[in-house]
Formats: sequence, C-alpha cells, structure tokens
Amino acid sequence: MLVEIIENFGAKIIKIIESVGRIMIFFLTGTANIFVLPFQFAKIIDHTWFIGTKSMFVIALTGFFTGMVLGLQGYYSLLKYGSEAALGSAVAMTLIRELGPVFTAIMITARAGSAMAAEIGVMRISEQIDALKTMHISPVRFLFTPRIIASIISFPLLTALFNIFGLLGGFVSGSLMLGINKYVYMDTVISSVSVNDITGGFYKASVFAVVVTTICCYQGFYTHLFKEFGARGVSLSTTNAVVQSCIFIFISDYIITFFLV
Amino acid sequence: MNRRKTEFYVGLFVIIGVLCTLYLFVTLGSVNFSRDKYYPVHGFFTSVSGLKTGARVEMAGVKIGIVSNVSIDKKQLLAKVEFSINKDIELSEDIIASVKTSGIIGQKYIDILPGGSDIMLESGEAIYNTESSLDIESIVRKFIFNNDQ
Amino acid sequence: MTNPFIQFTDIKKSFGTNSVLKGVNLSLYRGEIIAIIGKSGTGKSVLLKHIIGLIEQDSGKLLINGTPLKQLSFKDKRNFQKTLSYMFQDNALFDFMNIYDNISLPLVENSNFPKDQIEKRVFTQMKQLGLTGIENKFPAQLSGGMKKRVALARALVTDPQIVLFDEPTAGLDPVRKKNVHLMIQEYQEKFGFTAVIVTHDIPEIFNISQRIALLDEGIIRFEGSKEELFNSQSKILNSFIKGENF
Repeated sequence: MLVEIIENFGAKIIKIIESVGRIMIFFLTGTANIFVLPFQFAKIIDHTWFIGTKSMFVIALTGFFTGMVLGLQGYYSLLKYGSEAALGSAVAMTLIRELGPVFTAIMITARAGSAMAAEIGVMRISEQIDALKTMHISPVRFLFTPRIIASIISFPLLTALFNIFGLLGGFVSGSLMLGINKYVYMDTVISSVSVNDITGGFYKASVFAVVVTTICCYQGFYTHLFKEFGARGVSLSTTNAVVQSCIFIFISDYIITFFLV
Repeated sequence: MNRRKTEFYVGLFVIIGVLCTLYLFVTLGSVNFSRDKYYPVHGFFTSVSGLKTGARVEMAGVKIGIVSNVSIDKKQLLAKVEFSINKDIELSEDIIASVKTSGIIGQKYIDILPGGSDIMLESGEAIYNTESSLDIESIVRKFIFNNDQ
Repeated sequence: MTNPFIQFTDIKKSFGTNSVLKGVNLSLYRGEIIAIIGKSGTGKSVLLKHIIGLIEQDSGKLLINGTPLKQLSFKDKRNFQKTLSYMFQDNALFDFMNIYDNISLPLVENSNFPKDQIEKRVFTQMKQLGLTGIENKFPAQLSGGMKKRVALARALVTDPQIVLFDEPTAGLDPVRKKNVHLMIQEYQEKFGFTAVIVTHDIPEIFNISQRIALLDEGIIRFEGSKEELFNSQSKILNSFIKGENF
C-alpha cells in the first residue's frame, strides 16, 4: 500500500522531469537553429504576419478599454485621498510596468498561441512531421524556429501598441469624461514614467514571447504523447498550451519583476 | 494571401510598432537624443528620501530640468543628486535647491529658489545650498518629545 | 540473385507491452518492386518506417549493403537516407503550403539547386503525373486521387533510389487504383528505383510486383516471387489471398 503510493509518486516525478528535459531540448534545438543558415526569412515574415499584424486590432482594442477602466477605477480611488491629479501617473505606471506586457501576452496566447498548438498538433497526427523527417528537414527548425523569431519581434511591438492605446483610453475616461485637466494628465504620465520602466516592460514582453511560443509549439509538437489520440489529442494539447502559457506568464512576470525592482 | 501583400502588412505592423516604442521612450521616458539641450550640475543632500531619477526640477513652479541621477557620496555619506538643467536657464551660485513634495502622497521634486549672486554656475559645478526632504516622522517625534519634557 | 540491398535480420520491435515485430527476416534487392502484404495492424508500416529511420528496432539488425545501419557513420547514414523517399498512407501533404511549395520542399530545403532548376524539375514532375495547372491550389482543395498524385510527385522529385509506399491506393476507386499501380510500374521502369509497397490490393498488386512478402503476426510467413506464391501449398497464404479468415 505505502510502497504503491511512493511508486506512483516516483512515477509522476520521473514523468515531470522527462517532460522538463524534453521541453528544454526542444527549446535549445529551436533557438540554436536561429543561427543555422540559411535564414528562414520568408517563413518568419509569414509568422510575423500571423502573430503580429493580425493581432494589432485586438491588442489596440483591449489596450484601449484596459486604459479606460484604469482611468475610471483610478480616479475614484485617488479621489478619496484628494490626489486625483496623479491619475496619469497611476495609469501609466500600471500599464507600462505590468498590464501592458501581461495582457498583451495573454491576448496573443489566446489568438496565436492556441493556433500554433493546434496547427502543429494536426501536423503531428496527420504524419506531416514524420514526412518532414523523411525529407531530412528538421521539424523543430522548420516549425518552431521561425515562430519564436516572429514572436520575439511581435510581442514587444504589440506591447508598445497596447501601452499607447491604454494611455489613450486612460486619457479618454480620466480627462475627457471625468474632467481631469488634459495637461495635468499628460504631464503626470510623462514625469512618472522612467526609461527603466519602459525597458523593463520590454524585457517582460520578450521573455513572454519565448515562454508562450515554446510552450505552445511544444504542446503541439508532442501531441502524440497524450493518452488521447487524433482530434481529442489536438484539443487537449491546445487547451494545455493556453493554460500553461498563462500560468507561466504570471510566474515569469513575478520573477522578472522581482529582479527588476 | 498574396505574398507582396503579406510583406506589406508585416512592414506596416513593424513600422507602427516601432513608432509606438519610440514614442514611449522619447516622450514618456524622456530619453534625449540631443543631450546638448541640458547641462549638468549637482548637489549634496542629507536626505532625499523618495526622490527618483527623472523627477522634475522646478523654478517658481516651472520645469527647468530633471534629476538625472541619485547616488550616495561615499566620503561624505550624503546623497549626491545630479541635475540636467535646460541650456537656456542660467543659475547663480547661491541658489537654494530643496526637495519638495507635490500633494500629500504626491511625488518628490526639486524646487530651486533663485539667488542674487552675479557669479553663474558652470556646467558640472555643485550647488552649495541645499534643503533635504521634509521628514514628517521626525517632526512629529520632535513635537511629542517636546511635550514630554 | 545478387546480394540484398537492404536486409532485415531478426528485427524486433514493441510499443509498450504490444509486441509488433517478432523477428522479421526480409531481403530487398536493388531495382525490384516488392509488395509487403498482410492484415491491417500487423506492423507493415512499422517495418517500412524502420528503413527510413522514423522508428528504431529494439533488437536485430538492419543491413544496408551488408553493413548494419547503426554502424554507418553519420555522413554515410545521411547519404543513404537521402536516397530514400517515403509516401505516407494519408499523403501527409502540408496543408498550409500550396501544391508547388509542397512538391518543391525537399529540393528547396536540402539541395543547392538554383531556383529556376528547382522550378523546372517540379513542373516536369507535375506534368508527368498530370498535375499541370494546380500549383497554386492547396491540398484541401484537391480530390483524394489528386492528393495521392501530389504525394507521389513529392516523393519522386528528389530522384530517389528507393521509394517506400505505405498503402498508396488506400481509399481509391478501382480505376484510380489501377492507375496508381501502373504509374508506379511506369516510373519504376523509367527511373529504376527500388519500390517497396505495403498494400492490401490483392490480387492487383501481383501484376506489377516482382516479389511478394507476407507479414503476419510480426513475422514474415512468405517471401518469394508470385509464381512461388501461387504454387505454395501454405494454408495461411491461400486463405489470405482468398480473403478468408485464418
């Protein structure tokens, strides 16, 4: 009885260690292949189009409304202390340090990350990945490397877009609707944000790019290792990809913030 | 999807993204690509608690520069604050720089009281008259102990 | 007959507790068409995947020109595998690429041909297989028979020495089945590659294959020419050919 419990526990641990090892090898192979010529320029463009360009609208929209709600909430919280003039700095700091990178990463995970996992998962179950191997094309290089470069390009740029639209949203709700002087708003925004805050936000965005892409591609790539096969396997790996990406966005966010502050 | 079209939209995306990034850095982060607009001076304070890099430097309530660095002077054990002051503002050597707070939980900034001397501060020179942060705690403590005695 | 090109000696492979190959002995000769027949799920595809290196055996040896594959240097192994092509059962065409990109992929990624030469080769291949004019379509827009031919074009575009067919006619009507068989035969005569065909098409496959192997329950029950097959008195063989249960 006791032995059995320990055995099961041990089996779980071994499984976890195995998958950690697999994901590390997957990640290292993929990133090492960035430096292997020829450079996969056309594929990177395609994936940047999918991950970056097609996410612009949804990022701008969510950014705008996040800023609006921050302006609204911040205004009434600050009003209690008579510091509603500091609204600009409250909105700007929250957006640029935290919400911008995190929300952007989550939105891209939902839009592009799930698609990555599903697409690669379908390729796995329909033997397209095996077909690549029979043609002596490294599937990791072919599928993962261009995506991670496209993500590293797209995430910080989309984060910047999110921040700008967020500040605009805060301006609309705080200044146009609640009547804070627009010069005061802009001035508090400008004076409170330092270069370190902005670069910190971009560090986060780049790390999230790596985390999200690695997890999503990995989940799709190893779809066949699930107990469920076929369409069920793909749906499982897509769900896992999104859930795990979000979890690791928050965990890595804490770790980066810890080292940045 | 047409190949050229894809490339066009990706290019557009990157341009918009880079513009947003530049806006953030230049306007909000106050990164000066033309450093020459400012000249540096510095001053020593016994306490600058709460003062951050990038804080405003004001004279008569008007912004004339920013705090470019806050560090500790290891010899005197005082806070060394470096300022970047607009080129077109000339400061005399007997100005008083003091750390002030805007609003009750607001941010710290540096207020500069103009002096009357004819000798002007040169780039890189030190401000001699400084006033440190108002420490509410110590004021309260002083008040309580005075009552006790 | 000359020495075998590829030789399986006592190959065993199991997945978990499920033992699929239980000691396979089989010889493949250069330039022949060999058909591997057998019931579904007896490991015919697994056998094929050993040759191309998608699966590695648990025990036994796979000899290439007399040398075990595992003992070949990395470079020799790669050079050998570059002469192979594999045609998957479900085609395994890349959904996100158009037909031209699908067929040209093995050339684009692995050779130093200039672009115009690749283009020429791909279009010649497409023309020979009657695929002209669909280069900008996507696999999902094609019929099953067309997809098969695209997969065949992709397998042949690299001028392979050995082509492994995993049920090339699965899901095709009798007319197209015959066409695929004739196509394989025609190209085999034209290019002289070695064709290994895993199939259920009995007796049609006997018309084009020189030798036949029967895989059943993880071992090769029969290996030889079709005359030998028909003259064989083996009960298993006869019942399999007639589609009876055994």
